[in-house]
This record gives sequence, C-alpha cells and structure tokens, in this order.
Amino acid sequence: MIAIVDYGVGNLFSLCSSLEMIGVNAKVTSDINEIKNADKIILPGVGAFGDAIEKLRQTGLDKILIDEANNGKDIMGICLGMQLLFEKSYEYGEHKGLGLLKGEIVAMDGRLPQNLKIPHIGWNGLHFNKESHLLSGIKENDCVYFVHSYYAVGCDDSLVATSEYGKEITAMVQKDNVMGCQFHPEKSGNIGLSILKAFCEGR
Amino acid sequence: MITKRIIPCLDVRNGRVVKGMNFEGVTDVSSPVELADYYSKNGADELVFYDITASFEGRKLFSEILTEVASKIFIPLTVGGGINTVEDFDRVLKCGADKVSVNSGAIKNPSLISDAAKRYGNQCVVISADVKRVDGVFRVFAKGGRENTGMEAVDWITHCVDLGAGEVVLNSIDTDGVKNGFDLEMLKAVLDAVNVPVIASGGAGSIDDFIDLFKKLPTVDAGLAASIFHFGEVEIKSLKQELNNNGINVRLC
Repeated sequence: MIAIVDYGVGNLFSLCSSLEMIGVNAKVTSDINEIKNADKIILPGVGAFGDAIEKLRQTGLDKILIDEANNGKDIMGICLGMQLLFEKSYEYGEHKGLGLLKGEIVAMDGRLPQNLKIPHIGWNGLHFNKESHLLSGIKENDCVYFVHSYYAVGCDDSLVATSEYGKEITAMVQKDNVMGCQFHPEKSGNIGLSILKAFCEGR
Repeated sequence: MITKRIIPCLDVRNGRVVKGMNFEGVTDVSSPVELADYYSKNGADELVFYDITASFEGRKLFSEILTEVASKIFIPLTVGGGINTVEDFDRVLKCGADKVSVNSGAIKNPSLISDAAKRYGNQCVVISADVKRVDGVFRVFAKGGRENTGMEAVDWITHCVDLGAGEVVLNSIDTDGVKNGFDLEMLKAVLDAVNVPVIASGGAGSIDDFIDLFKKLPTVDAGLAASIFHFGEVEIKSLKQELNNNGINVRLC
C-alpha cells in the first residue's frame, strides 16, 4: 500500500485517480501507523511552504516522515511536497524544511529574466541530469505540467532532471530513497503516469 | 522551454457539449466524457468546461460528469460557469477541477477573486472576460455577453489580476464564432497590461489563425477554441505539428 500523506492541504482527487488508473493500491491518510506500515509514501502539497511545514509539525507527521525516510522507505514529494523535503525555504520568511535533501527553496521573482511570467505555469520539457529509475518510461524533452513560483537550488547530487525557464529549474530530484517532482505527475498525461508507475514499482 | 498551450473548450448543458455562435443558437455536439478523452489522447494541453446550466439538477449532473472526466483524464481541467461564491469553487475543486474560472460572479462581487485566491492560491483563479468594442472602447460584458457592464476591459482585467487572478481568458465577442482569426488588437492591449498567462479565445477558424496568434503575439500563452475542434475542422494533432513546423514550441505527443 502507498500512503498519500493527508495534512489538510491540496486537492488529492487527481493523485488518487491517477494511482488507481495505474492499478496501485493507495490510501489518503494522516494515521501514523498506516504511514509506518505503508510500502511507500507520497507527500503531496499545494499552497505556501510555511503553512504546510507547520501543519506537518503540529500533527507530528514531520518526525514520522523523517524516521521513515531514514529507515530507507521510498518517499516522493510532489510540487510543494518536494520542496518540503529540502533544508529550508524563503517563501514569505524563512522556514526550516524536513531536511531530507540538501538545498533550499527560493523565489523565481528576481532570479529569472524580467520578461518571464511568474508563476511558471504550463507544460515544459524535461532535461535529464543523472540516471534515476523514475525516468525509465520517459525520454529527454518529454513535457510535464508545472505550476509554481518557487524552486529548489543547491540540490547538488540529487538533481535528476531540470526544465528550462529562463534558467535551469529543478524539476526532479532523488537521493537514494528520497525523491521529488516539482511538476504535477498526476496532471502530466501519460508521461506523468509513467513516472508515478516507476515510483510505485520501486528501485 | 515552456510550450504554447492548445485548449479545447467544452460548453456543457444538461450533460452535453454545446457551442454557441456569438453566444446564440447552441447546437448539441457530443458527450463531454468522450470528447475530453478524445482531446487528451490527441494532444490537448488542458480542457476548459463551462457549465451553462442554470438549474440545480443541471449543476448536479455537471458535477457528476466532471468527476467522471477527472478520474480518467490526467491533464489540467478548468471549470467555469455559475461560479459566484467560494463554495462554488469548493464544489468543482472537489470533483477534480484544478482551476476555476470566474466571470459574471466576479463582476458582481470582485472580492470573490481575492477570497478564492487566499484559500486556493492565485494559480487556481482564472478571470474570464467577455469583451466587445463599443464606440471604439473595449467594454466588459456580463451574463454570457448579453449585458454591457460599462467597465473598460484592460482596467477590469488588471484589477482582477491585482486581486489575485493567476490567469486570464480573454474572449472577444467581436471575433467569437466569426472564424476569421483571434482578436490580436484586443489581446495585445491585455498582454501589455498584465504579467500572468493570457489565453486567447474567440475567432479561431483555421490552423493559420493559431500560427498568426503565436507569431504576432509571442507573449500570449495559449489558444482556446471550441467548435472548430468539436466539428473536426481542425485536428489538435495536426495543428500542433504545424505550429512546431513554424518554429512555435508546443508539446507534441
């Protein structure tokens, strides 16, 4: 069973439907035992970093996620969920993240060429940076759907794929059992389903 | 590089897709679920559903259809029509919509935009404006293009973006249904004024109209159309291939 962590943010309808479509048994849950007993964990998220990490702390889910990741369980963050895996974010202030990946989350505003619109919304091509089993069913330049105004920098050896939007934007990350997609695989057609399938089938 | 989006729009009434010519005389075309599936398999980057039902029963039917579409089709879905309150946002988002488009509801009560943006994020709130030239001035029309609000369009759209709208659909009533090209002049006025994605709507009649749109207005983000896609006059697959041949960056699949 895959546990989709429910901490009161974001719309999980499409994520659940897409996992159902690829025949994966998933459950939306905030129950600590269910998350501990799950084979893998997906951390979704839409909204602001500060609110989200605060909710994870209030519920104690932050510690569970860190423990499970340290025990070697596969965990994938999606969109804001990916950003939460990093050390720190500068979205409306400065917030400490889960610290499972090296790097921090910064605003696009002020770091991209002025003519580019923010948020970065739409379909953009993936450029592979290093091997990952998540890429097994897709190819260079395949497009995925992004909606975000902040992005991860300083990811070092976890950087799996980027997309070009004025500069190279972190699109996918992986360090061993900890993975993340900045884009929405559940909104990225067959390419997205293929990435979710690769995650669910395992390394 | 980010790609230009092609978006079919499906007007839904009593569970069926319809398309008005200049907003009058609608014709029943096909099933929303079938059309959505067809489009997503043939290269649509996003789908827009407008609920043009007024009755409670129609609303309920629309919600059911939306849920069915969203559980099978994994591309962004925008829903509009009859969105007057934050509860309306909640209703369609729970059925699997990703973005919600507001029009008359925001004209009646502009704080709908800020309230919804606060709760769901700017990326979720789309301002859809029906605009028509009246004595040489771009005016915003409400109630499906029937009522002149007297508001100047660029001012209104800029205001909506300031309130938190994350995307603009600009529908030119002057070119809608005419199939002689998008309203480039009107679009340019809006593109120059806002820095959020702008989706062109109204007037597409051929592949060349889309090439013209993206060549002449490089900052426009997407082209939206309905009847030319529903009646098969333009196939999205060949449209995107042609755009690509003309050096316009699109998602090919």
